Amino acid sequence: MKHTKFMTAAIGLAFVGAFAVNAQAADMPKFTIVNDTIPASLTGKPGDAANGRKVAIDRKKGNCLACHVMPIPEQQFHGHVGPDLHGVAKRYDEATLRMRVVDPKVLNEDTMMPSFFTTGQHRVTKKFEGKTILGAQEVEDVIAYLKTLM
Amino acid sequence: MNFKTIITTIAVLGTGITLAACQMDAYQAPNPNGSELWSGYKTATAETRAMQDDDFANPGMPMVDSAAALYNKKDGEANMSCADCHGAVDDPKGGSKGLPMKGVSARYPVYDADTKKPINVELRINKCRTKYQKAKEYKYESDAMLGMTGLIALQSRGIPMMSTADNPSDELNAAWKAGEAFYYERRGQLNMSCKHCHEDHQGELIRAEVLSQGQSNGFPTYRLKWSKLGSLHRRFRGCNGNIRAEPYGYGSDEYLNLETYLAWRGRGLPMEGPSVRK
Ligand code: HEC
Ligand code: HEC
Repeated sequence: MKHTKFMTAAIGLAFVGAFAVNAQAADMPKFTIVNDTIPASLTGKPGDAANGRKVAIDRKKGNCLACHVMPIPEQQFHGHVGPDLHGVAKRYDEATLRMRVVDPKVLNEDTMMPSFFTTGQHRVTKKFEGKTILGAQEVEDVIAYLKTLM
Repeated sequence: MNFKTIITTIAVLGTGITLAACQMDAYQAPNPNGSELWSGYKTATAETRAMQDDDFANPGMPMVDSAAALYNKKDGEANMSCADCHGAVDDPKGGSKGLPMKGVSARYPVYDADTKKPINVELRINKCRTKYQKAKEYKYESDAMLGMTGLIALQSRGIPMMSTADNPSDELNAAWKAGEAFYYERRGQLNMSCKHCHEDHQGELIRAEVLSQGQSNGFPTYRLKWSKLGSLHRRFRGCNGNIRAEPYGYGSDEYLNLETYLAWRGRGLPMEGPSVRK
């Protein structure tokens, strides 16, 4: 199992590599998976938790509330499709949380949760083609916010 | 008989019935909907349910009424009305030619030998218009088409959907298979398939909406969000667009295949069009 996952990650990275050879190398998602986690910050910079909370709420960005109950009382209607994120930082360390947001399909290939920092999906609308759902710094901001959910 | 024996008896009987059913319909693919088959009506809001329950409150009905007039109106170079071939829309005998509207929406899509593809009610209406009435096609999402499909759906209210397209000997089987592949294929920037919302997470809240099984038995449907009747293909386009996937065209092969597959997923559900949803 571990082996298979390592393979997926390796193939994933090979793809990233192949794409990087084409245009817009700068925009391509780059990350390194180690044992089903992503230990290193995507930007090398720390995230901003306050902005991460905003990204999580924003329907055009994280839209995490569509699927998760979160400690965001001023927002109505939290979805129940995924687990409640209260206390999620007690359950996972930073490297695992980053994996879960960047590309949760590495952990569960059948998951409904979108991969927020990958490209290459089938039949993406023109407007979003070749783009990740969140930018690298936005992912880091969301991670910083999730880390406050103790 | 104690409780345990009763349970065992029920279990044995149950198995017997299942086996018998399997023998009768040996081809039948397993029901993918989960333990229960249910319509979006079940998780609709009290407000929209009340509207659907009362034809006078159903905001889709005025368009259906206008279509009833069109149904009886002579049109095209042939100067014929729908009623000239089919009798009154609610005539269970379907006029002198025996072509009733009753049950049509529960039976469709069917196989069209001319195109060798599935044909749905919308495309069938247009085929009658061009072939028999020698009239112009209705635009897919036009008021006339929505009203006419609503009027025809009304004649099937309460009749269970009856697709047998899963049967390898059914002429629609290839379309059914293509529709099934579409249903389970991830797409769009959010990279989801139909099954992620309507099979895996049915009955759960996605933000303020309860996910239904995504059944097609209520179409055309009046959506408060659209303030209008809308076709099943409009709904497909909406569900595709929400996950940032490029939608397919109205009446496209992809959506005809998907419609064929959904008709089978809903097999046994009573028709309820024109329904009302938020
Ligand atoms: C369309 C639905 C959906 C959206 C949107 C979504 N998630 Fe998830 N999430 C899930 C599901 C379903 C799971 C359950 C685990 C799985 O399926 O792999 C999950 C699991 C998680 C977990 C692991 C929780 C645990 O206790 O196991 C974290 C952390 C998480 N999501 C964070 C986020 C964040 C942050 C966002 C927004 C940037 C987000 N999710 C957006 C559906 C979603
Ligand atoms: C991101 C989640 C999501 C995905 C993916 C999705 N849908 Fe939906 N769908 C919804 C929501 C939300 C509704 C409105 C509430 C309901 O009826 O489930 C809906 C409604 C529907 C309805 C109307 C049901 C009724 O009773 O009025 C149909 C039919 C449908 N979807 C089919 C599909 C098909 C086919 C696909 C794939 C091509 C698909 N959906 C993909 C979220 C989704």
